[in-house]
Amino acid sequence: MTWESVIGLEIHVQLATKSKLFTAAPVGYDAEVNALVDPVVLGMPGVLPVINREAVTMAMKVGLALGCTINPTSVFARKHYFYPDLPKGYQISQFEAPICTGGALWADVNGEERLFELTRIHMEEDAGKTVHDASRGCSFVDYNRAGVPLIETVSEPCMRSAEEAVAYMKALFQIVRALGVCRGNMEEGNFRCDANVSVRPLGEERLGTKVELKNINSFRFVGRGIAHEVERQIAVIEGGGEIRQETRLWDDAAGVTRTMRTKEEAHDYRYFPDPDLMPLRIDSAWIDAVRQSLPELPRERRARFERDLGLGSYDADVLTQSSARADYFESVYASVGDAKLVANWIQGELLAQLNREGLEIESSPLSADKLATLLTLISKGKLSGKQAKACFQAMFKEGISADVWMKNHGGQITDAAEIDRIVLTVLDDNPDQVAQYLGGKEKLMGFFVGRVMAATKGRANPASVNASIKRLMKERM
Amino acid sequence: MSEINLDASASELLRAMDAGELSCLELTQESLARIDALDASMNAWLHIEGEGALAQAAELDARRSAGESLGPLAGLPIGVKDMICTAGMPTTAASKMLEHFVPPYDATVVRRLKDADAIILGKLNMDEFAMGSSNERSAFGPVRNPWSPERIPGGSSGGSAAALAAGTCALSLGTDTGGSIRQPASLCGVVGVKPTYGRVSRYGAIAFASSLDQVGPMARSVEDAARLLDVLSGHDPLDSTSIPAPGCDTLSTLKNSIAGLRVGVPSEYFSEGIEQEVDSAVRAALETLKSLGCDIVDVSLPHTPYAVAAYYILATAEASSNLARYDGVAYGHRSAEAAPLDAMISATRAEGFGPEVTRRLLLGTYALSSGYYDAYYLQAQKVRTLVANDFRDAFKRCDIIVGPTSPLAAIGLGERTSDPLQMYLMDVYTIPSNLAGLPCASMPCGFDDKGLPIGLQLIAPSMGEATLMRLAHSYEEASAWRGERPDLETLKKAGPPPGARKPRSQGEGA
Repeated sequence: MTWESVIGLEIHVQLATKSKLFTAAPVGYDAEVNALVDPVVLGMPGVLPVINREAVTMAMKVGLALGCTINPTSVFARKHYFYPDLPKGYQISQFEAPICTGGALWADVNGEERLFELTRIHMEEDAGKTVHDASRGCSFVDYNRAGVPLIETVSEPCMRSAEEAVAYMKALFQIVRALGVCRGNMEEGNFRCDANVSVRPLGEERLGTKVELKNINSFRFVGRGIAHEVERQIAVIEGGGEIRQETRLWDDAAGVTRTMRTKEEAHDYRYFPDPDLMPLRIDSAWIDAVRQSLPELPRERRARFERDLGLGSYDADVLTQSSARADYFESVYASVGDAKLVANWIQGELLAQLNREGLEIESSPLSADKLATLLTLISKGKLSGKQAKACFQAMFKEGISADVWMKNHGGQITDAAEIDRIVLTVLDDNPDQVAQYLGGKEKLMGFFVGRVMAATKGRANPASVNASIKRLMKERM
Repeated sequence: MSEINLDASASELLRAMDAGELSCLELTQESLARIDALDASMNAWLHIEGEGALAQAAELDARRSAGESLGPLAGLPIGVKDMICTAGMPTTAASKMLEHFVPPYDATVVRRLKDADAIILGKLNMDEFAMGSSNERSAFGPVRNPWSPERIPGGSSGGSAAALAAGTCALSLGTDTGGSIRQPASLCGVVGVKPTYGRVSRYGAIAFASSLDQVGPMARSVEDAARLLDVLSGHDPLDSTSIPAPGCDTLSTLKNSIAGLRVGVPSEYFSEGIEQEVDSAVRAALETLKSLGCDIVDVSLPHTPYAVAAYYILATAEASSNLARYDGVAYGHRSAEAAPLDAMISATRAEGFGPEVTRRLLLGTYALSSGYYDAYYLQAQKVRTLVANDFRDAFKRCDIIVGPTSPLAAIGLGERTSDPLQMYLMDVYTIPSNLAGLPCASMPCGFDDKGLPIGLQLIAPSMGEATLMRLAHSYEEASAWRGERPDLETLKKAGPPPGARKPRSQGEGA
């Protein structure tokens, strides 16, 4: 039998606000344990939540970028369960009335643009972190993360392969980064994914029993975890078994998923509207203001790079992987004017060098302005390709400017008279080789070019040297 | 030092201090001395901030003699219900769960008291987490009613009412979720006001049922309560349910005439459970209002019989959520049974909560459970809307509603503790105005033949505090009840009530 997998993703995005979702305590990632707390974060008796307007604006940005309906009224609800890192015994979330509904996301699946539908986006607060110390037989809780604003983006069960799921996740990641609403550090947990996975015979309309897959917080884990879970489910059914509705954890080291809790162990969250918070009202003026503030999204930018700048789809794709990268490109392009040259240099030299040093383009030691001075020299023919690479290394590593490097090393010699003069000297110094060349041994061309290059320390324009040698030889025939 | 009359109104005490006849220090010392003399028997005070209060009083006297202008409550000793957080001062909610809890923050109302130069004398006993109508549900023992020491003071703000009736403080704060200010005010012969929902900040008031809870003033006179209400009320950005409007100004119109006001009398508030003497006292008060120029009109609040049932769904549901935070992890009681986690949390809650709180948490948890939510919680919300509509319709025909606060005067200690349902019915007249979020008050309107106070309840339309206090003041002026004081010698001789103990709050850091 042929099986079809059905996948929906729930992705939690930590919003890059200055303060927490319901109080002024700061959001941060490098602080001492339990430094980013206040009585509201700790859920102390009598304290009350007050919604962070910046977080709402960020959630609206994502909703508008994905074409969601921004609901004029949404309601915060309490989701109850007991766990030490949940200070109030409930999480403030949204249940029946989320801030955004509908919407869709374009993603590139193996070079093909595909549209995936969203169910909703809702806002909620993050929990703290529990650390179990087995050696001391106790647990510790760090509440720094507690109360950090999250949006949960919930897709329809509209993906049919692990590959599509990864493409969807990457596309969403790019968008939230481009919108500036998420730091985008997966290790920090800024962007976390759960998947609902089921399988059914191809052609069947009814959905199979779903399994919720957790601990897949990287593109790689999503890809491998889902692929494996699909295989497991098919094997269970083909072996005559049934899929249990449950939550499973991906164990990447072992390459298997394991039961975390079964349906019988699932919580009754006892959702009800939070009486401490009024319904969240968003008027059209607010929506319009947020819409106006939206930056160009990666997909639009990619299309513009191809259409207006004549870049190939691969180049455009690489350059729009992050807003910072695309901004860098556009800044260099504005000064240099040769899109292909700029694209080649950013991809070839700059990204490779950054990658070697483990740096992001935001923290590149070579600024866009400086790279632009180098590329301008190249486009005017003042540096050879080889020189340009040496100059780039010096600029990147030693921080010297292109002009200083030129002064120290000299630019490219393109002046025909000067090249002729050097060529003549070389010919005069090597009469035997000249005689052999004139006798038909044209392979000696390389010998003469090499001598000229040695004499100019590689600064002579190779094409001009070639032309000069041929012309001056002719005169001696 | 002249003879200090601790039973005088706060307004009279303020006047005496302004006139230089009385110092803040003298008043504070006398109040502490009376607490010292009475409270072993009364058990109203869970914590006494003696040294802090004396230091603050001395400082106020110095500021006054330096010619500084002082706040509107300057030098008045005030007791705060132990449901309300006070920075650096134990706040227990009369629960073993928070016996050692010392909050690092002030409730907004406490900050307002401090800004007004009131002297916070200490914290007052109550039913645990404000769940009770008799003050018998405190983890630290019941409070005696100063008028009759073998009887309840009412609840849950029983300590706040008794402390005032016994003259141990000039003002007090209570909280009211289903009658917890008005019913003890009624049973102890003092004035208590529950403001419009959202008028007074809830920030720092420990939550019982968030959509119903309000902090309010308690006092020995209407003018005192008005003065305190004006200080407490006003928008607070820390409370999202706080009404974005300036605070009340009830004092400036307090003495205006009430002639021509239409007073609505709901027949449902004189139903079969009401004591004959309560009925008579309230009807006599209505006659007094008539003589003051009010028009008495009959109104109907037909959904009153369903209010108690709806309330016990909504309040317990919210409580089951609000009290989920007491898990023994970050603060509060933690069971010695430390592992595994689930067992630690279960044992902590079983040990920390008393039987009435446990009963209500179970009820509320059930009401919110999957599959029952629609039948209980949503249905109760619909009843709530109907109850609010009753009032809306009634206020088309009248400006204010008047009736009894409690169907009964104070009952004996222990008389109804074994029958929770009978106890819940004590609040039958007070609950509807919480469900509707309306401002309301209780004030003395006489005594029964045992000498027990009877309370008159006034209910105004939303934001109608000025009318509420004006009518209350006119009635008070026209009636003779304010001069009556309990016999404190009998109270003193009663001895500690059964189960009384002080919290061992030795400053667990938060």
